[in-house]
Amino acid sequence: MANYSTNEFKSGLKVLLEGDPCSIVENEFVKPGKGQAFNRVKLKNLMTGRVWERTFKSGESLEGADVMDTDMEYLYNDGEFWYFMSVDGSFEQHGCDAKALGDTVKWLKEQEKYVVTLFNGGVIAVAAPNHIDLLVAQTDPGVKGDTAQGGSKPATMASGAVVQVPLFIEEGETLKIDTRTGKYISRA
Amino acid sequence: MSLDLPARLQLRADTFACVRAFFADRGVLAVDPPSLMAAPVTDPSIEVPVAVDANGRRLGYLQSSPEYAMKRLLAAGAGDCYALGSAFRVDEVSPRHRLEFTLLEWYRVGWDDGQLRAELSDLLMALLGCQPATAISYRDAFQAAVGLCPLTASTAALLARVQSEFDYQGPVLTRDDALQLLCALKVEPGLGRHAPEYLVDYPPGQAALARTRLDAQGDAVAARFELFYRGVELANGYWELTCPDEQRSRFEADLAEREARGLPAVPIDQALLDAMPTLPACAGVALGMDRVMMLRAGVTDLADLSLF
Repeated sequence: MANYSTNEFKSGLKVLLEGDPCSIVENEFVKPGKGQAFNRVKLKNLMTGRVWERTFKSGESLEGADVMDTDMEYLYNDGEFWYFMSVDGSFEQHGCDAKALGDTVKWLKEQEKYVVTLFNGGVIAVAAPNHIDLLVAQTDPGVKGDTAQGGSKPATMASGAVVQVPLFIEEGETLKIDTRTGKYISRA
Repeated sequence: MSLDLPARLQLRADTFACVRAFFADRGVLAVDPPSLMAAPVTDPSIEVPVAVDANGRRLGYLQSSPEYAMKRLLAAGAGDCYALGSAFRVDEVSPRHRLEFTLLEWYRVGWDDGQLRAELSDLLMALLGCQPATAISYRDAFQAAVGLCPLTASTAALLARVQSEFDYQGPVLTRDDALQLLCALKVEPGLGRHAPEYLVDYPPGQAALARTRLDAQGDAVAARFELFYRGVELANGYWELTCPDEQRSRFEADLAEREARGLPAVPIDQALLDAMPTLPACAGVALGMDRVMMLRAGVTDLADLSLF
């Protein structure tokens, strides 16, 4: 990978810091009238999600990180790894561990498309689509007039996520859910 | 708020007319030194564009300030003079930095830095309608903001502060690098909130082209000042160094530092050194006019004022 100088740092650029791939969030140029210029850089560690704020001498460089976001379809879980397949025609498959999958595990559905982040060929993150249609696996029958819960009740979806749904929803229905907020949108 | 083109042109014309009237009233001569000269500034933290012909032959360097040229004029007897024109620095692009910018620089023969600060304060009042400038020593401002004395604290203590506060990554910093980083991030943002404010008596390692003297506590300081207003650095001035031997040794130290950092080698301005024996005692200052216009227009990004 190429090296990038602080002058080339811009939001979204992927670089290596302490061996971890990071995405640059912000780059502020600090220049005293005379003397050494510095860059105050905010970087998001793509492995941990933590944001680092670091200071560099202007002109210093960091190695670029071989990070790529790819659309992939979820295939199956073999007990240890979750497998995804490229939808670009290459049918390339990648296994992903629980750490890289993170919270996305509760939004997994076979044949659904996810954005898989690859670093040096390995999966480091998986993002669910913003909206996903999921089957209701379990929910108690709604009791009319029970508004203590704001007119909603918990439902466990086939993927494992628990979502608050309206009282009229029954097991076996398919619902549209917003994965960013974990909220019910509508019947699918 | 961004200005339309006629407003930008008017702002520039009005600002420059104000400057020229100010100096005409005070009998300071307008001079126009060339932008292209045989030697650039040696300062390792300033790079300028190099002009070449179609065959790659070097024609000279675009100047980051008219300082060397004006000092040669002063040495030749020009007397009090000012220059208003373009200056250049590469690798500096931000909302407050441009490759080419407009600089006002002037020199007063026989004056020291304190007298020149009073005149710059008058000019700013004329340009910005602000209150008179106040002053604080680098020592006091740094002590208050950082909790360390910039003149007497150990280099190790300064470096430790940079590390703990800013998570610095990279090659070991020099004492002055550490001072500059702490000053830029901790001291400068708090300066000149209500009226323009001078930071005076810099650490001796940052003298640049200023003479050095002892401060009230007996520590060596540079007779150099910078001016800040509303968080923007506006000007840098010196009670000028006039000793050619000291000047040559500072140039050579700059070149050694350039070599150590792997920066481009540059020629020393021999014509300036040759002229220095007749350079009169004087004080000089450079004021960034684009930033002054930014404050006049109430914008925070030079893009809101540029013509092209």
